[in-house]
Amino acid sequence: MATEKYFGQSLKRVEDPRFITGTGSYTDDISLPHMVHAAMLRSPYAHAKLSSINTSAALDMPGVLKILVGQDLLDAKIGSIPTGWLHPGIKLPPHYAITPDKARFVGDIVAAVIAETRQIAEDALQLIEVDYEPLDSVTLGSDALKDGAPQIHQEAEDNRCFTWHIGDKIEIDAMFAKAAHSVSVTLRNNRLVPNAIEPRASLAQYSKASDEFTLWTTSQNPHIHRLMLAAFIMGIPEHKLRVIAPDVGGGFGSKIYQYPEEVIVLHASRLLGRPVKWSARRTESFLSDSHGRDHETEAEMCVNAEGKVLAMRVKTIANMGAYLTTFAPAVPTYLYGCLLSGTYPFKGIYCEVHAPFTNTVPVDAYRGAGRPEATYLVERLMDMMAGKLGIDPAEFRRQNFIPADAFPYQTPVALVYDSGNYEPALDKAMEMIGYQALREKQAALRQEGRYLGIGIISFLEACGLAPSALVGSLGAQAGQWESALIRAMPTGKIEVFTGTHSHGQGHETSFAQVVADELQVPVADVVLIHGDTGRMPYGWGSYGSRSAAVGLNAIKLAADKINHKAKRIAAHLLEAAVEDIEHSQGNFHVKGFADKSKSFFDIALQAHLAHNYPTDLEPGLEASHFYDPSNFVYPFGTHIAVVELDGDTGQVKLIDYACVDDCGPIINPLIAEGQVHGGIAQGLGQALLEEAIYDDSGQLLNASFLEYTMPRADDTVMFKLGHTITPSPHNPLGIKGIGEAGTIASTAAIANAVVDALKPFGIDHLDMPYTPSKLWRAMQTAKQRGLGQAAD
Amino acid sequence: MADKVNITLSVNSKTRQSQVEARQLLVHYLRDTLGLTGTHVGCDTSQCGACTVFVDGQAVKSCTIFAVQCQGSEITTIEGIGDIGKLHPIQEGFWEKHGLQCGFCTPGMIIAAADLLDRNSNPSEQEIRHALEGNFCRCTGYHNIVKAVQYAAEKMQAAGD
Repeated sequence: MATEKYFGQSLKRVEDPRFITGTGSYTDDISLPHMVHAAMLRSPYAHAKLSSINTSAALDMPGVLKILVGQDLLDAKIGSIPTGWLHPGIKLPPHYAITPDKARFVGDIVAAVIAETRQIAEDALQLIEVDYEPLDSVTLGSDALKDGAPQIHQEAEDNRCFTWHIGDKIEIDAMFAKAAHSVSVTLRNNRLVPNAIEPRASLAQYSKASDEFTLWTTSQNPHIHRLMLAAFIMGIPEHKLRVIAPDVGGGFGSKIYQYPEEVIVLHASRLLGRPVKWSARRTESFLSDSHGRDHETEAEMCVNAEGKVLAMRVKTIANMGAYLTTFAPAVPTYLYGCLLSGTYPFKGIYCEVHAPFTNTVPVDAYRGAGRPEATYLVERLMDMMAGKLGIDPAEFRRQNFIPADAFPYQTPVALVYDSGNYEPALDKAMEMIGYQALREKQAALRQEGRYLGIGIISFLEACGLAPSALVGSLGAQAGQWESALIRAMPTGKIEVFTGTHSHGQGHETSFAQVVADELQVPVADVVLIHGDTGRMPYGWGSYGSRSAAVGLNAIKLAADKINHKAKRIAAHLLEAAVEDIEHSQGNFHVKGFADKSKSFFDIALQAHLAHNYPTDLEPGLEASHFYDPSNFVYPFGTHIAVVELDGDTGQVKLIDYACVDDCGPIINPLIAEGQVHGGIAQGLGQALLEEAIYDDSGQLLNASFLEYTMPRADDTVMFKLGHTITPSPHNPLGIKGIGEAGTIASTAAIANAVVDALKPFGIDHLDMPYTPSKLWRAMQTAKQRGLGQAAD
Repeated sequence: MADKVNITLSVNSKTRQSQVEARQLLVHYLRDTLGLTGTHVGCDTSQCGACTVFVDGQAVKSCTIFAVQCQGSEITTIEGIGDIGKLHPIQEGFWEKHGLQCGFCTPGMIIAAADLLDRNSNPSEQEIRHALEGNFCRCTGYHNIVKAVQYAAEKMQAAGD
C-alpha cells in the first residue's frame, strides 16, 4: 500500500525510457500500409497573383498520383481556415489551405503533389509551372499601415486586421501631465521562429468501410484541430474524424495552429483511398510554422515626485503576418495589454494595438505569447526610470511592488491578481547571485575598461485563461475549461485521461503523482493518457501554461469523486456508515478499527463484480470532471542575469543567471526546474541571437539553421534556481504554472543586463537581438561622441 | 534517378543487405528501409544533430552521408546503444538528471555524448558544452544535458571503462 506522498518529489519521468532508447513514436515515425507522400509547392514570391498553373508535366511523372491546386479544394467545398479569437470589427479574409488566387507570403502553398514516395513528390514539384505575376509586398507592420501600401486582402482595407485598446486615454494623459518624471522608449520586439526540433508532420488515413478519418499530427491541442477541421473546414462530421497527437517533439505555441497541410493530407487520403503523409523540411518549417512576437512599440512611463509608478502609455503595432492563426488576435491584446501592470501598482495604463496583415509567415503564440513582450516593455521602462532617478534598479522595483497585503489585486488593465508576494522573491534572487558584491565588481571592472552588465527584472504572468464565460466575452471561440476522466480497472490499476497534451512537459509523470496521492495508490499503478480524440473526453489542449493549473485540477476533482464512491463501496463491504469510513495509509477503513479495512484493489474489484454491492449504486469505478476555473493564475518571480560585453568585439556572453520563480506548490521539482531551464534558454535566444529577417522583397533571409542562430550548449550556463511558494487561492491544488515563466522573464533580464553593460557608453536602450555587430556599432558611435572610454 | 545500388553493412551488430537509391541519405535508409525510427531528422542542413549515429566508431550526422557510402561499415544507432533493463550509462544519466523533455533531440545527443566520452573520459563542463555544440535542444537549455553527461562520465569512470 502506498503511504508516501508523491507531491513534491523529483520522480524520474515515466516517459523517458522510450525516448532514451529511440522507441518513441512521433508522427513521422509512423508508417501505414500503402502509404503515399505529399509535398507542398510554396510560393517563392512574397506577394504574387497566380495567373496559371500547369501541372501536366508533373502529373506525367511515374509515381505521381495526384496534384491539388487551390481550385480543387474550392470545388470540393473545403472551407477557409478560421481563427479562434475575434475582436469587434476584426477583418477575417479567407485563408484557404492552397491559395487559389494569389500568394501572400513566401511559403504560401500554391499546389500539393501526392506521389508513391516522398522523393518523387518532391521531384515533381520542380515540374509544376506556375505563372506568377509578382506584386509589391510589405513585411513590416508599420509599413503595411501606411497610405499606399500594397493591399494584401480585399477584405481588409489598408491591411488593417483590427485595432484594440484598453484604458482611458484622456485620464492617462492627465496623469502624465501631472507626473514628476517620465521616460519613453521606441522598441522593436524581434520576430522569432519557434523551431521545435521536431518538424511538423501529418498523416491522414481514410477508411471507406467506416467513412472515418484518422489524422496523426504534431499538435498541442488535437480536439481543437478536430473541431476546426470538422465543423469549419472539411465538413466531416465531428465523430467521423479522430485526431491523434502522438509523441510530439516540442511545441512552444507553434503546434497550436490549425495548419493547411492537415487539410491537404486529409482531403488527399479521401481522394486516393490511401494514407497520405507529409513531413516538413526545416526550411519549410521556417517558411510555414507560425512565428512569434514582432511588435513595434512606442511607450512612456511616469512616476510621481516620490518615485512611485503612476501611468503608462503604449502604442504597439503587432504584425499578424499574411493570415490569422488560431490565437493570433489574443496574443498582442489580452495577453499583452492586460499584463502591462506587471508587479507594480500603476494607477492607469492606456494601450492601443494596431494589427496589420503583412506579406510574412502568420504569427501566433510563441512561448509566453504576449507576456514576454509585456514584461520586456515594462522592465525596460522600469530600468530607464531607475536610471533617470539615479536609483538602483533592484531598489526601484522594491519601492514599487504591489504590497503583499493587497491581494486579490485589481489592476487598471482588467486583471485581478489572485495572490502574490513579490519582495521575498527579489530578496532571494539577489542573495543567490550576490547582487551587492556584483555591483561593486562591476564598478571595479569598469575602471579596467571591462563591461559587466547586471539585469534584474521582476515579472508576473497570467496562466490558465479562465473562466470560459469571461474569455468568451473577450472573443475566444473556445471554452477554456478542462476535462478529466479517471477509470479504475478491476485489478485496481488506473487510467487517467486528460484533455491537455504533453509534448515535453512530463505530464505522464507529474499528473500521475497527484492521482496516486489522491487515491493513495502506488504511482506505478497510474497511467496518463492524452493526445487522442478517440480515447479522451473533450479537451482544449496545452498552451498558456494551463495544463496543471486547469487540467490537473480537473483530474484532482475527478479523483475526489472516485474516492467518494469508493467510500460508499467500502461502507457496504465493511457494514459501516459512509461517514465512518476513513481513507488513509492506502486503505478505506472504519474509523477506530484499523483492521476493518479494504484496499483500493478490493474496492475496484467489487465495483466491477458488483456481487456484494450497494443496491442504489452504479457498478464500475470511474469519474469525470469538467473544471472551469474562476480566474487566471498569476505566477511571478525575479530573474537576474549577468553578462560580460567585450568592448573590442561587441561579443556578449552570459556569465551567471539566478532566478526565483513562484508557481505555487511544485509537484515535481525536477520537471519544474527543467521547464525553467529551457525557458531561460529560449528567452536568451531572443535577447542575444534570434531574429527572423525579411528583405525588401519579402524573402525570409535566414530560413535555415545555417543562418538563424539559436542557443547552443556553450551559450548557456548552469542556471541558479530558487523558488518561493504562494499558492493560488482559487484552485483546489493551489497550483499556478511554470511552462513559460523562464522565457517571459529571461529575455527582459538579459536585455537589461546588456543595456546595463552599455551604460558607460551613454546608451539607455538598444533593440534585441544583441549581436556582436550591433553592439560594436553602438559602442563605436558612442566612442565617437567621447563616451565609453573611461569609467562612468 | 532511381538506379539502385547493392550495399552490405552492419547495423547494431546485425548484417544488412539492401538495394538503395544512390541518392538516399543514411538517415532515410535507417528510418525508412530498416524502420529504425529512433534516429530523427530535425533539419536539412546538418545543423541540428538529431540524426547523429556512430559510423565505424565515429559520431556522424547521418543526413550528411549517403547510404551507399556506408558499404562495409559498422553503424550503431540509438537502438543499439542500450536497452531498457540494460541501459548505457549515458542513457541512464539522461533519465536520472532529466536531460530530456520532448525527447526528439535525445538520441542524437546521447550519441554525441558517447562520442565525447570515448575520447575524453573526464570532460570539464566547458568540454561537454563544446562537444555538444553540434546538437540543438530547444527544451532543456542544455543544463540537465550537461549534468547527464557528467553523471555518465563519473559512472563510467567508476566502472573502469
